[in-house]
Amino acid sequence: MTSDMDAAADPSISTIATPDNAAVVIDQLNKSFGNVHALHNLSARIFYGCLTGLVGPDGAGKTTLLRILIGLLKPDSGHATLAGFDTVTDNDAIHVVSGYMPQRFGLYEDLSVMENMRLYAQLRDMDADHNTDLFAELLDFTRLAPFTKRLAGKLSGGMKQKLGLACALMARPKVLLLDEPGVGVDPVSRQDLWRMVQVLTDEGMAVVWSTAYLDEAERCESVLLLNQGKLLFDGPPQDLTAQLEGRSFRLENVGAQRRSILTEALNLDSVSDGVIQGAGVRVVLRVGVSTEQIQALADQAQVHLVPVPARFEDAFIDLLGGGPGGTSTLAERLPPIELGSDIAVSCHNLTKRFGDFTATDNVSFEVRKGEIFGLLGPNGAGKSTTFKMLCGLLKPTSGEAHVVGLDLRRAPGIAKAQLGYMAQKFSLYGLLSVQQNLEFSAGVYGLDKVTRRERIAEMINIFNLRNWLSAAPGSLPLGHKQRLALACALMHRPPVLFLDEPTSGVDPITRREFWTHINGLARKGVTIMVTTHFMDEAEYCDRVAVLYRSRLIALDTPDTLKKNAANTDCSDPTMEDAFIHLIETSALADEAEA
Amino acid sequence: MSYQHFRVILIRLYAQFVKELLCILRDPRNRVVVFVPPLLQLLIFSYAATLEVSNVDIAVYNQDTGREAQEVVWRLEAARFITQVHHVHSNTVLREQLAQGKVIAAIAIPSDFSRTVAIEGSGRAQVLVDGRRSNSGQIVVGYLSVIAKNIHFTADPTPLPETSVVVRHWFNPNLVYLWFMVPCLTGTLAFFSALMITALSIARERELGTFDQLLVSPASTLEIILSKSLPALVISTLLALLMISMAIWFFRIPFTGSFGLLLIGLILFILSAVGIGLVVSAISMTQQQAILGGFVIGVPTVLISGFATPVENMPAVLQWLAQAIPLTHFLVIIEGSFLKAMPPGDILASLWPLAVIAAVTLTMATVFVRGRLQ
Repeated sequence: MTSDMDAAADPSISTIATPDNAAVVIDQLNKSFGNVHALHNLSARIFYGCLTGLVGPDGAGKTTLLRILIGLLKPDSGHATLAGFDTVTDNDAIHVVSGYMPQRFGLYEDLSVMENMRLYAQLRDMDADHNTDLFAELLDFTRLAPFTKRLAGKLSGGMKQKLGLACALMARPKVLLLDEPGVGVDPVSRQDLWRMVQVLTDEGMAVVWSTAYLDEAERCESVLLLNQGKLLFDGPPQDLTAQLEGRSFRLENVGAQRRSILTEALNLDSVSDGVIQGAGVRVVLRVGVSTEQIQALADQAQVHLVPVPARFEDAFIDLLGGGPGGTSTLAERLPPIELGSDIAVSCHNLTKRFGDFTATDNVSFEVRKGEIFGLLGPNGAGKSTTFKMLCGLLKPTSGEAHVVGLDLRRAPGIAKAQLGYMAQKFSLYGLLSVQQNLEFSAGVYGLDKVTRRERIAEMINIFNLRNWLSAAPGSLPLGHKQRLALACALMHRPPVLFLDEPTSGVDPITRREFWTHINGLARKGVTIMVTTHFMDEAEYCDRVAVLYRSRLIALDTPDTLKKNAANTDCSDPTMEDAFIHLIETSALADEAEA
Repeated sequence: MSYQHFRVILIRLYAQFVKELLCILRDPRNRVVVFVPPLLQLLIFSYAATLEVSNVDIAVYNQDTGREAQEVVWRLEAARFITQVHHVHSNTVLREQLAQGKVIAAIAIPSDFSRTVAIEGSGRAQVLVDGRRSNSGQIVVGYLSVIAKNIHFTADPTPLPETSVVVRHWFNPNLVYLWFMVPCLTGTLAFFSALMITALSIARERELGTFDQLLVSPASTLEIILSKSLPALVISTLLALLMISMAIWFFRIPFTGSFGLLLIGLILFILSAVGIGLVVSAISMTQQQAILGGFVIGVPTVLISGFATPVENMPAVLQWLAQAIPLTHFLVIIEGSFLKAMPPGDILASLWPLAVIAAVTLTMATVFVRGRLQ
């Protein structure tokens, strides 16, 4: 599909989609790094006055494309122009007409906000003293004016991004390229960023917003959807979701049996994809099938089947040929978990202080056996600290944490044998082969020789790792890496599984496969503790603890949290709306107290 | 502790031991930092880092035609440490040669040299030495005075009792520099390899994110430390033994002491280095910091240990400090074992401080690694 065709199909965007209005023209771009084909024959156009989303999972080629556009990388073949300048031959001109905000904070953490801005102005050959108006305007725009003296390193994630944006805007660029500006930013600041970008595009700037969050794609006027270096879709996101019209449904209020219903639904021929959404199950049907099968399932479970609008993620999965099946081979092989008590994890007045900074403030909750329990919060809210205390990586300043009734401080060895842990990064030994990693995990949990051999063989079978045994974990495809990490964490069959941001940066298909296993484990009675900043991932949880500014501000089912956020403006709030609502009410309560 | 419990601990330790060994041997950075320098340095230092002076040029301006003066020139020409004697015919050229660095020393023999020797029994010749190369210069002066003294003896048939000093070097009668250098290097390099292997071990896991995974496993801090110490101990000991056998069979340095006691000393010595390495590793967040930390600790340690300069010449404070450095004691043991046939009693006097230092550094390592869990 080309943008010209979109223009013909949709008159509302014809104003921006004229070829002479193109800010960026990408023509047959190819780029490889060793064996990795980062970009594959990519052709597209990006227009002035338009917010273009560069969307795709990690490793899709987003950063490579942005770096080529800004002239930091040379393509292997093909060429690109930015504001009419060739990215290779007119490299110097590119830097003048463009603003670029890299993925990692590109500013000097030891300089203050103002010093950073002055430095950027000077780097752009601007006289900092004669541009106080511009500075004031940028500070006002980014709402950073009260913080000009603060060191950039001490800013929150959201403020850092805003400062980065202010610096990128310094020379009034015609084209602004933002590499994953939403990462590490709390939802409130993210709203701010969207608002600012909206103002810029209204002024006629071309803005490219790269993101791995598919829900962010829906907020863009136009989208370039990348997967493994290939362009899957180019056009307004609505065009893509429109293709799924009438194929998305929700089984309402399924409640406790939603995980088994999801499995059954996914195993139906007519269902291409499905996820848990609070107490409901959301399914996407294949092209041209009737609702007969899914209606039968709804009737059997005595729940309502309602049509829902398609999401961008549905369309993405559909483009890739549908999600994985619903049965977890892993969970099938596992015996049900028996625990002495109903409470698997509990903490009581848990507090952690680092110097005079309180990272976790008086947090208490109990997690039932077989529950999927989510810890939700923006970066720096204390969810990592709380999580680390629960699995014994940090000692609490005061309060207690128990796993399966065992105190992690008094009986660390025995308590730790009861928990499995999967870290945010794939924390496998890169210098060991897949087989050696499996053997190490089995050994370090003290499994004897016979059990060790059995379990390793079992994991290799379940996760289909046979062809990769002598490979280094780093060389595995993302999906296999995740499988290996899960295999290592489950080798000793722990009754409680801790997952720290398990799917950040993972493509939606791998994420679904992962959650299929997690759902299966929960049905077998394994308790799952998970931290996430993916709002829609919080919907997979039975209950969610929301942490903000080191405190527990809410603890409830996702549905209740969403319901509480509903008001006249927003009748069907998303998890993100619920989250923003909670933070705002909590901030109001703080002010009332003060 | 029940047998079952003990067996589980052994399984855990074994799994970690294998993991650690594989990581050390497979990590290209580790291989380069740990294995290449010791063997390379052993060869380079042993041949290049020598305090002997040889292969120098000397200029002579002989204004005398007498027999004694000619005798001096002949002896200079025959001296093994001199490559070439430049004969010059003016004081200006003599000075030029020295100033341009072509020669390290210039000798001017006055025209009345032979006569004075004949009359007074001894003569005077001017020796100019290049002060820019002060160390080598001084040694050359020493060599030259030996030559002059010998001439004096031959020139004067009646031996003088007050000059009949004969120097005899014990343990290393020919003062072969290698004999001293190689055993010392063995100690130094073993120290560095143990330090670096352990300094990298925790830092690597932390940088790559596997340390948390290890900490949530049932393995206790003590087990983790043990599993990090053992592979380093094994590898460094083997490395040191390889260097010792090179010293014996390749450099042909006489080994006169007790091998058993040397081995005990070696193990205690490496354990103390392992403790220091673990502390560095516990403090470092990245491998880069660990390597830097290793050098920050390692280089001064070697300097104070008496490897290059005698501990007795240092200020009192540094002498005390030197006693706390494992290398100081190990150098005494290894030199004694090679050259002195040091009696067991004397070796024990250096063994127990090593044992104390090892106990202290390993305890510190435990405390620091535990502290990381706060």
